[in-house]
Amino acid sequence: MVGEESKQDRILHVLNRLAFGPRPGDFEHVSAIGPERYVQEQLHPESIAIPGDLSRRVNDLHTLHMNPIALFIEYQRPINLARKDAKSDAGGDKASLKDATKDARIQQRVVMREAVEARMMRAIEGPRQLQEVMTAFWFNHFNVFAGKGLDLIWTGAFEETAIRPHTFGKFRTLLGATAHHPAMMFYLDNWQNTNPGSPGSKGKFEGINENYARELMELHTLGVNGGYSQADVIALAHILTGWGLPKPAGGGGGANRRPGAAGMPEMAGMFPFMRRRQNFMRPGTAAVDPSGFYFDESRHDFSNKTFLGHQIEGGGIDEGEHALDILARSPATAKHLSFKLAQYFVADDPPKALVERMAQRYLATDGETRAVLETMFTSAEFWDPRNYGAKFKTPYEYVVSCVRATGVPIRNYRPLYGTMQILGMPLYACQTPNGYANTQDAWLNPDAMMTRLSFATALGSGNLPLENPPFEEDAAGGGAAPRPEPPAVPRKGGGKVNINFDPAPHGPKMTPPDPVQLAATLGDYFSPATASAVEASPTNLRAPLILGSPEFMKR
Amino acid sequence: MKKIFQNTEACIACNPRPATALSRRAFLRRAAVLSASGIVLLSPHAWAARSLETDSKRRLIVVFLRGAVDGLNVVVPHGEPAYYDARPTIAIGRTGASDGLIDLDGHFGLHPALAPMQTQWRDGTLAFVHACGSPDPTRSHFDAQDFMESGTPGVRTTQDGWLNRSLAAIPGTHGPTEALSLGPTVPRILSGKVPVANIALGRAAERPMPMDRPVIEAAFDKMYVGNDSISRAYRDGRQARMRLIGELTQDMTDANAGAPSPQGFSDDTDRLARLIGRDPTIRVAFMALGGWDTHVSEGAAQGQLAGHLKPLGEGLASLAKSLGPNYQETVILVISEFGRTMHENGNGGTDHGHGNVMWVMGGPVKGGKVYGKWPGLSTASLYQERDLAVTTDFREPIATVLRSHMQFTDAQLDRVFPGRPRSSGNVDGLIKA
Repeated sequence: MVGEESKQDRILHVLNRLAFGPRPGDFEHVSAIGPERYVQEQLHPESIAIPGDLSRRVNDLHTLHMNPIALFIEYQRPINLARKDAKSDAGGDKASLKDATKDARIQQRVVMREAVEARMMRAIEGPRQLQEVMTAFWFNHFNVFAGKGLDLIWTGAFEETAIRPHTFGKFRTLLGATAHHPAMMFYLDNWQNTNPGSPGSKGKFEGINENYARELMELHTLGVNGGYSQADVIALAHILTGWGLPKPAGGGGGANRRPGAAGMPEMAGMFPFMRRRQNFMRPGTAAVDPSGFYFDESRHDFSNKTFLGHQIEGGGIDEGEHALDILARSPATAKHLSFKLAQYFVADDPPKALVERMAQRYLATDGETRAVLETMFTSAEFWDPRNYGAKFKTPYEYVVSCVRATGVPIRNYRPLYGTMQILGMPLYACQTPNGYANTQDAWLNPDAMMTRLSFATALGSGNLPLENPPFEEDAAGGGAAPRPEPPAVPRKGGGKVNINFDPAPHGPKMTPPDPVQLAATLGDYFSPATASAVEASPTNLRAPLILGSPEFMKR
Repeated sequence: MKKIFQNTEACIACNPRPATALSRRAFLRRAAVLSASGIVLLSPHAWAARSLETDSKRRLIVVFLRGAVDGLNVVVPHGEPAYYDARPTIAIGRTGASDGLIDLDGHFGLHPALAPMQTQWRDGTLAFVHACGSPDPTRSHFDAQDFMESGTPGVRTTQDGWLNRSLAAIPGTHGPTEALSLGPTVPRILSGKVPVANIALGRAAERPMPMDRPVIEAAFDKMYVGNDSISRAYRDGRQARMRLIGELTQDMTDANAGAPSPQGFSDDTDRLARLIGRDPTIRVAFMALGGWDTHVSEGAAQGQLAGHLKPLGEGLASLAKSLGPNYQETVILVISEFGRTMHENGNGGTDHGHGNVMWVMGGPVKGGKVYGKWPGLSTASLYQERDLAVTTDFREPIATVLRSHMQFTDAQLDRVFPGRPRSSGNVDGLIKA
């Protein structure tokens, strides 16, 4: 029989690991049903009802529900057409090109904003917390960078359709979904991967690009020491030739073609078929998947290959599916994924025996994520009190857990996004394919601590403009609305201190969190040093101190 | 340090790497929008003793021109008729013409907007390395900047930046102000193991953060008393803040120091010089400037590029002066991700190219010379028949600076630039013996 204190610890532990920390009411809920049942509940998210208000707000984010082809037509084609028009006019109407491009860029930022909002509102308010944790985990595992060209408008769709539906299922399904998504094909350059000398080889589609093939093994499946050779990388790159984006109708490439402007490289001539939209899915032509994935036979290498010791007969797209099967079933993949999961959920240096048992479960279930998680969540290692509070929160986890703890309704996500950015972890903007680390040595530094505590101070004092919808960019061409400099108050000693970070200092910002409620939400779980510092402080400083306490830096 | 809470999706949306536009108006607007607060320094006792065992004051400042500056119009090969043939409307006129080039060595000339830097050229502390760049063929800003900052062209999985690795290669513990980044976030080139202090650009640098209130600080101090790594990081951060507040108070009482100069970029370089002057622990500093992607209406002696070069030249010349005696111990590198096409395009601009020019300035530099191996501009000698070729890998001058100025060993250089190319000899003698 566990003691009362130990039970409190276990409740907080599951809320810290399976969720992004407690929200008001969570502690009581887990206390009532018990941590073990909470684990089962979270492993089966379909059994948890989503509040109507949250569903409605997610549904209202209309670009979140668009497929990549529709996103391209709506948000990228106008730029391409304007460029084409400017080119065909002798001399070109540069002013109108500039205006059209500017408007379109503003529109594109709306797509990104909606993706960020969807992720954050579900992470903050959603009751299916493990689903949110795993969505973030798998997105990071299959990272794409929204700052690279078309991925600005495709990253949200990538998460929504390639990641989110497959978080608990077979890894092979998830792997396949990412491999068939244009956001991934574009990010890791496989859309250009071409068999040299193939009929479709020309312009920028003229050679092998190993980038995706390499990361597919090194990062997505086998792991860096997963037993593959450079010859396997090359073989896999050949297997994946032709996997990519819909085929440009004519030419389009060419080394001398004018490249696009910064941030949207080399896309100007892409997808010309879009201009005759009615044709591109007509019967008799190769159907274009609305996901925007396209297999271009004319650039594929149909020869037989040897990959990881397997003979793969030349046969088109099936070769790639076969390779993904091999990768998903590999014991190296089982181990690599188990290590990453255990590092996220248990400890920076996860117990080897646990990783081994998880890998065995992975192989026994043909790679079912839910089963692997269950093995972990019922292990002695997961419940070892030495691992409680042992993970230093990443900036994302810190920001989300702070806002969850206060329970404040959010209508403006900019201050949260900005904080993650300053802390070096902007959402959807990890440039490298290995994603963000989740270990303490990656995120703990003096500068970061000051930024975290400043965020805690601003949030805990009610000084963040979270409840007001943000200023919208002026899509009519006026650019960003002018933002007055934040007001400052006189400070003792002659300097000035910002107490107001509101970009639009009108109306109420947010209700300051109630420190008593906040402490209760967190299970009143504080070290003696924190407790005495909070008690010795005036009421209006207590919430900042709780959110900035050493124990709240960890999960 | 900086502040938060405003600069949001704009960053990924339009510019994944925040860079500063150079016009004064842009500077002021940026300052207002970002409103970050500064951090750092002064009172050179506390961790000067602790952070570095050596007493070397040798420093490296890197200025990144994001967007790919047109190196052929910065250090102009006026000795090549092909240059003038390729650029009918944007070539810089020969020396002697009104608004003409400033001749450097009979073959190369400096853009007239960079006239303030003639002082450094003449006193032999300004050099250029021409036809310098990345061996990677990419013409994507994203990839090329990434490679130039990671220091591993072609390798995408490198997590940290070469400037951070440079500090990491120096033995001993590293204090929180050894690496200084001017800008809202830590850039790729400075990401890594060694802690980095940020100061905002513009006036925002001098504005405090939300937690800079004595009552809050005192309360947090009571919580972070342990010997655990989080408490130690907290205390290091607090020390840095205290030095900043000291500096701020000092500036507030000094009308001149507190008032921003009207120069925009010079304002930031002056602040940087002041910080370096007061904090001997600063070893490397970085800032990025944007606005170089001149696809349209680039201009020649006047115009868009000239308008960006002018404040840059003024700022660098001003930095040389305001560093005072520290200039003798400082090397300043100006780099950009790739050069631009040799031929001007149909819009009076230039497109993404390949080779570029690197600027190297500072007391230790053996200047007054254009280094490198000039490949020429004949069609056959151009890269892919369109761009200036790269004959000197960008890592080579940097490695030379690290070796001869920062006194790195080969083993340390290998850690900064794993797989670096062998020396071509093109930049031998770049740093004074």
